[in-house]
Amino acid sequence: MKRTIFDKIWDAHVIKGITEGPSVLYIDRHYIHEVTSPQAFTGLEKRGLEVFRPNQTFATCDHNVPTINQHLPISDQSSRLPVEKLAENTKKHRITYFPLGDKRNGVVHIIGPELGLTTCGMTIVCGDSHTSTHGAFGNIAFGVGTSEVEMVLATQTLLQTKPRQMLIKVDGELGKGVCAKDIILYIISNLGTSAGTGYFLEFAGSTIASLSMEERMTICNMSIEMGAKGGLIAPDQITFNYLKDRDYSPKGEAWEESVKYWETLKSDVGAIYDAVYQFSAEEINPMITYGTNPGMGISVTGSIADNLKDNPSSMKALEYMGFAPGEKLIGKRIDYVFLGSCTNGRIEDFRAFASIVKGRRKHPGVIAWLVPGSKQVECQLEEEGIGDVLRKAGFEIRQPGCSACLAMNDDKIPSGKYCVSTSNRNFEGRQGPGARTLLAGPIVAAAAAINGVITDPRELSYEF
Amino acid sequence: MSFEKFTILKSGTINVPIENIDTDQIIPARFLKTTSREGFGKNLFYDWRYDSQGKMIRSSELNENKGEKILVAGRNFGCGSSREHAAWAIYDYGFRAVISSFFADIFKNNALNNGLLPVQVSDNFLDRIFKNIGSDIIINLPERSVTIYSTGETEHFQINSYKQNCLINGFDDIEYLISCRHETENFENNRKK
Repeated sequence: MKRTIFDKIWDAHVIKGITEGPSVLYIDRHYIHEVTSPQAFTGLEKRGLEVFRPNQTFATCDHNVPTINQHLPISDQSSRLPVEKLAENTKKHRITYFPLGDKRNGVVHIIGPELGLTTCGMTIVCGDSHTSTHGAFGNIAFGVGTSEVEMVLATQTLLQTKPRQMLIKVDGELGKGVCAKDIILYIISNLGTSAGTGYFLEFAGSTIASLSMEERMTICNMSIEMGAKGGLIAPDQITFNYLKDRDYSPKGEAWEESVKYWETLKSDVGAIYDAVYQFSAEEINPMITYGTNPGMGISVTGSIADNLKDNPSSMKALEYMGFAPGEKLIGKRIDYVFLGSCTNGRIEDFRAFASIVKGRRKHPGVIAWLVPGSKQVECQLEEEGIGDVLRKAGFEIRQPGCSACLAMNDDKIPSGKYCVSTSNRNFEGRQGPGARTLLAGPIVAAAAAINGVITDPRELSYEF
Repeated sequence: MSFEKFTILKSGTINVPIENIDTDQIIPARFLKTTSREGFGKNLFYDWRYDSQGKMIRSSELNENKGEKILVAGRNFGCGSSREHAAWAIYDYGFRAVISSFFADIFKNNALNNGLLPVQVSDNFLDRIFKNIGSDIIINLPERSVTIYSTGETEHFQINSYKQNCLINGFDDIEYLISCRHETENFENNRKK
């Protein structure tokens, strides 16, 4: 029987199946943060249960944290309480916690791979939909609800029905100014935000194989925006190079043995998928979204489809955004730029952004929030001199956190303002009540920050 | 958590015929800061029910709940964030079932884990419900059927029998998983070898 990589990892983690029901799936790694875990600990305590495997769960605070003055106590009490609760719960249950200010703190989906807590062939869950990010290393990684967080804390297992499988192949060479974010926005704009529902995705093809781990994470991160359970990419030498010598990666003999196993994690030739889609890299342009779901994307130079006027849901979205069918976005004035989040808050995203702004000045009409995804990224920015490049161009670098991706802290986009955002969701009110989000990659975001209007980055000269 | 048993529900509906309703609309992130499960209902669909000054929007159908227990919404309901708070808010507001022609995965699981029944019907049947405004709906979980009371139109829906059984009896997964702990330990030991 030919098996996909998904089948291989799944089979290795099924403890048992229930007739006409789901399977009991073993969970290797569990990440928690302050928003979706407190009620799980309360539930556990109400039942009088202990955490079953405390050394397989790791905690960070990221959603509520301020991105300035992190050395001070969090001033907003409603944000401080859940963070304090996390500290208390992790201490009580002997779970490793990376608190604010710790050199390992950051956005949960950035630090997991960075610390080598995420490796290959694992089952990984977190009470957070963007857990799909960890699929970039060849893992079954998916977001769960708080009841499931409680189940994992209590038993290190979950009841899961095996999803269907979809192969998405991207082949060919990417054009200038086109990055991983453009690939995934392009795929979602073609297939729609519910095309992946009920499926686990595998991304493959020569374009995907040529991407760095940071880029692969951007792609898998947004699998959920297609509705998919998760998305993965088979591990290869690029994956192993990334993981070698990370804090928690296996060392010495254990490393050699692990790599030997990880090398087997690829889909057999002839393995069957329930759905297959194929894209060519050459057809992908720098992308931007114009609506209120991530599937409402177009090439940065393109026009909003004329036929949207026949769909009331689409028209509601356009009204919210202040756009009309048939309009072009290029040249439109913008107010804010946000670089960061678990989608684009990694070192490569900052490198890409800096490559555009180097030697230029931020447009005076634009407020830009540049938020590294972790303490490590923050440090690396300074080590590589990127911090200087950004500051010279008039940008300020903030401290790590989820920030304006979902505006649970003070980083809110005011009502009616336009924000070119490298995050993952452009839902109504996502970046603050009334905020208008235009999703894009770091290159398109940088070009908008310089010109103050939506710009085709290919018209700016730069070296990347 | 244990929840009310679900067998047959007859109720009026609140209809929101909008597609792709994401969990940020169901419960905006700024309301996720409390550390308990209770009290989210008052902030359900907050930005659709209240204006920027916090005043109730009279024309919003969501503000006219007279005890309806069924929410009916457009395709791809519950997409986006995994926040279980969305299911808690809908339940806390008084709903016991959501009908749509398509549900996002994580929302569906979260709903089932909280005794809130997601009923997936055909696009055509959903349209019929939207057209028969004011009619009660009957959801029969043991028979897996949904009926528009005023017209008698009925459709069957799917649910896996394990979950169906859990809802009818008010069971949740965690008790079952705890009963499997011994097998989990065996699995761990075998893997080490």
